[in-house]
Amino acid sequence: MLKQYSFEETAVQTFDDKTSLAMKTENLQVFYGANHAMHDADLAFPKNQITALIGASGSGKSTYLRSLNRMNDGIATVTGKIWYHNVDINEPTVNIYEIRRHIGMVFQRPNPFAKSIRENIVYALRANGLKNKAELEERVEKSLRGAALWDEVKDSLDKSALSLSGGQQQRLCIARSIAMEPDVLLLDEPCSALDPISTVKVEETLLELQKKYSIIIVTHNMQQAARVSSQCAFFHLGHVMEYTPTGTMFSNPQIPVTQDYIAGSFG
Amino acid sequence: MEQTNFQLKKQKSQSNDWSARLHHATRATREDWMGKGISYLCIGVIILVVASMLWFITSKGVATFTQNHVSLTKFLFGTNWAPDQGHIGALPMIVGSFAVTFAAAIVATPFAVGTAIFMTEISPNKGRKLLQPVIELLVGIPSVVYGFIGLAVVVPFMRHVVGGSGFGIISATFVLFVMVLPTITSMTVDSLRAVPRHFKEASLALGATRWQTVSRVILRSATPGILTAVIFGMARAFGEALAVQMVIGNAAIMPKNLISPASTLTSQLTTGIGDTIDGTLPNNALWSLALILLLMSLFFNALVRVIAKRGQLKHER
Ligand SMILES: Nc1ncnc2c1ncn2[C@@H]1O[C@H](COP(=O)(O)OP(=O)(O)OP(=O)(O)O)[C@@H](O)[C@H]1O
Ligand SMILES: [Mg+2]
Repeated sequence: MLKQYSFEETAVQTFDDKTSLAMKTENLQVFYGANHAMHDADLAFPKNQITALIGASGSGKSTYLRSLNRMNDGIATVTGKIWYHNVDINEPTVNIYEIRRHIGMVFQRPNPFAKSIRENIVYALRANGLKNKAELEERVEKSLRGAALWDEVKDSLDKSALSLSGGQQQRLCIARSIAMEPDVLLLDEPCSALDPISTVKVEETLLELQKKYSIIIVTHNMQQAARVSSQCAFFHLGHVMEYTPTGTMFSNPQIPVTQDYIAGSFG
Repeated sequence: MEQTNFQLKKQKSQSNDWSARLHHATRATREDWMGKGISYLCIGVIILVVASMLWFITSKGVATFTQNHVSLTKFLFGTNWAPDQGHIGALPMIVGSFAVTFAAAIVATPFAVGTAIFMTEISPNKGRKLLQPVIELLVGIPSVVYGFIGLAVVVPFMRHVVGGSGFGIISATFVLFVMVLPTITSMTVDSLRAVPRHFKEASLALGATRWQTVSRVILRSATPGILTAVIFGMARAFGEALAVQMVIGNAAIMPKNLISPASTLTSQLTTGIGDTIDGTLPNNALWSLALILLLMSLFFNALVRVIAKRGQLKHER
């Protein structure tokens, strides 16, 4: 029997004006038809930090994350405001393609295209009108280095991306995203299909990347959240219950529901 | 009765001879044998039928060359088809068959791919509710109906628009185009639907537009399937006899243009088969045409297999 927790009792931090924010949502609601999957999410993401979203399965983490770069368009109804550079990007007039170029996304399952390693990275750049060969080459190398994959694949850029291991494929997907030089990188359980060694590599990559990007990562792995994130948000049944600095979340959770979840005595 | 049965079982299970116990047949193993026996029997029958058909057509088809001593080059490259007088140059029919097949495929493919993209990517709902049934219906219409419509509508139309008799390759192409369109479309739809959803998501998440996603990711990864669809369409066009025969004019001469009467391997077969006597050259010559058809369908099949293998490799590598 699932314990009942009050949705009124929440602990969500806000930031003062001095903190520069990458993104912020206000009163974000998501509906899949009649299913109200996300209630009132007010979260702000500081620049150049890693924010982790944690919570049980079905709590709405992916739903929330996918709203941030409008990947829920055509799938769900999203209301509320999503602030990015002082623009509400949830407005229908906003160019979604432009948004996704600035807010990249990496999925749970490594999903490289059935193309060569090079083509995987060049694809989106070309789609955006970048044609200069030398520049494309340069971006390929830069992004692969950024994703800590360069040394492993530099001699086989023309091999099919599907011949890579799962961990390599996921780092290729990260490389593919950062080749677009986004501001914000959204990652939905990027390590759930990976072995511990690949996971460590991806985590190291993320820690390196936060110098340049703001990162929001969904994870089921509490240790991972503790290892990489600075802020941590806990989702429960479509509500954001607690949003605190990661240290606080894990050592001194503010409300009963988070305490139980962290302690593993949930429900 | 039951009593003894029970005792028997008991006795058996108490036996200490493990080898006998583990080797003796039970109902389950007997069922296995039976199932295996039945399926091998069915397979045997099918193999026998196919093999004898192949052997029959081949042996009859090569009689032209072995018994009537027509040279293979004359048959394949000769342009004079008058079996009664001993001339059997099959090139006009070969050209006719390939011409209508390729023309129909070339015209039908863009339409089919366009329709399939509409049905899967642009408007999946309308696609499923409206177009799917229409296409299924079109696949099921017998070819004589297509031929009849061709005869009643297409031929007069061509006569009116481009002149001549209206019979010819262009009319045949048009009829075949309508006939292969649903085949190619429905198979293309299947291959587009089989493209993993995550390819599409990945592309969209990178900021690619819908069009870029469709043209560079979805179509690309569905290419083997689309090629297969086109080849199936071509195989259907190549083998279609009745509808073609009704609109192509059936003149066994080299087609000079697209609007003069011509003939295909199949149309020549159906027109000629009733008038010949078994064992004579005219009859053997028709079997040789049939042999070409058989070889071509084997070729189409092989092609489909090669493409499937390639496609698989591409995804696994
Ligand atoms: N495409 C969809 N269509 C309809 N409902 C959906 C869809 N995706 C998610 N949902 C619903 O939204 C709710 C939240 O799902 P979501 O995928 O966001 O959870 P999650 O926290 O990411 O879970 P997990 O940890 O298992 O990935 C669930 O009730 C789910 O049934
Ligand atoms: Mg999820």
